[in-house]
Amino acid sequence: MGATRGVGRRSVIYEVFRQEREGQAFQHGGSLEAPNFVFAKAYAREFYGRRGESFALWIVPRESVEEVREPYVADVFDRDYRRVDGYSLKAKLKEARERAGTSPAR
Amino acid sequence: MSAQELLQLADDELFLGWRNSEWTGIAPFLEEDVAFSSIAQTEIGHARAWYELAAKELGSDADSLAFDRDPDEYLCAPLVEMRMVDDWARTIARHWLYENADAIRIQVLLNSTNREVAGLAEKIDREEAYHRMHAAMWEERLRDEPKFGVAIDELWPYALGVLSEEQRPLLCQAVDRDEVQAIERGLHIEDLRPLLEEMTMVRRSVPGASW
Repeated sequence: MGATRGVGRRSVIYEVFRQEREGQAFQHGGSLEAPNFVFAKAYAREFYGRRGESFALWIVPRESVEEVREPYVADVFDRDYRRVDGYSLKAKLKEARERAGTSPAR
Repeated sequence: MSAQELLQLADDELFLGWRNSEWTGIAPFLEEDVAFSSIAQTEIGHARAWYELAAKELGSDADSLAFDRDPDEYLCAPLVEMRMVDDWARTIARHWLYENADAIRIQVLLNSTNREVAGLAEKIDREEAYHRMHAAMWEERLRDEPKFGVAIDELWPYALGVLSEEQRPLLCQAVDRDEVQAIERGLHIEDLRPLLEEMTMVRRSVPGASW
């Protein structure tokens, strides 16, 4: 298999993001390894597109992704009022629905 | 379109699909393993569809046509009979030549006056577009490898044999090569018999069973 010996050596890792329906946010689908972008595109289509499960794909070399480590600001004082978690929209919605006597839109 | 012509198509797709599936698990790298296995699987799917059309004309069924004929009754081109594991350059050379030939054949079928044939060709062509893209990207990558060139030279007369005589000039144009004496369909090579043994093993184990 001499003709393919170079493939593994020069390959690049790509991150693939999928958009399930037009207008939706892209979500990380997974990653793949390919010798170049043309191959990456073919493999991404094979893995994330050929069953009609995606409307569009973003294929990004992992090297192009800037990773920043969190937490950026140390949480030294007890200021949990600044945090946006702990507020359950689900529970509020449920209460409101019960008051209104409707069921969730499905 | 005659049942014989349908069987030629179906046999080509079945044997090529089977041969390509021999790379499952041992392709050069994981991503390619998945992609090439998937291509093998869709080729076999196309074979099934063509066999079903042929079966209607012949009063048979797809499985019997695929598995129950005598070796001499298969109408595939020798190109698809060859066992090529573990030579990836040669496998890709066949894949690329076959996809080029198949594209020409499908183009003709798309204009068939038989609506069933034209409709099926249209569906198959949508999947073949992916096969062609895959073959083209590999050809571009291996084009300058001496081993790949040797394989193309070796397989060229076989590739011409996939097509009818009047379609061959189009293949010469598509791959930019001169026409040579084709190795015709119907003359089987030694690789066919062991392949048929393997393909029909399960079916022969319980004759008449439904799966």
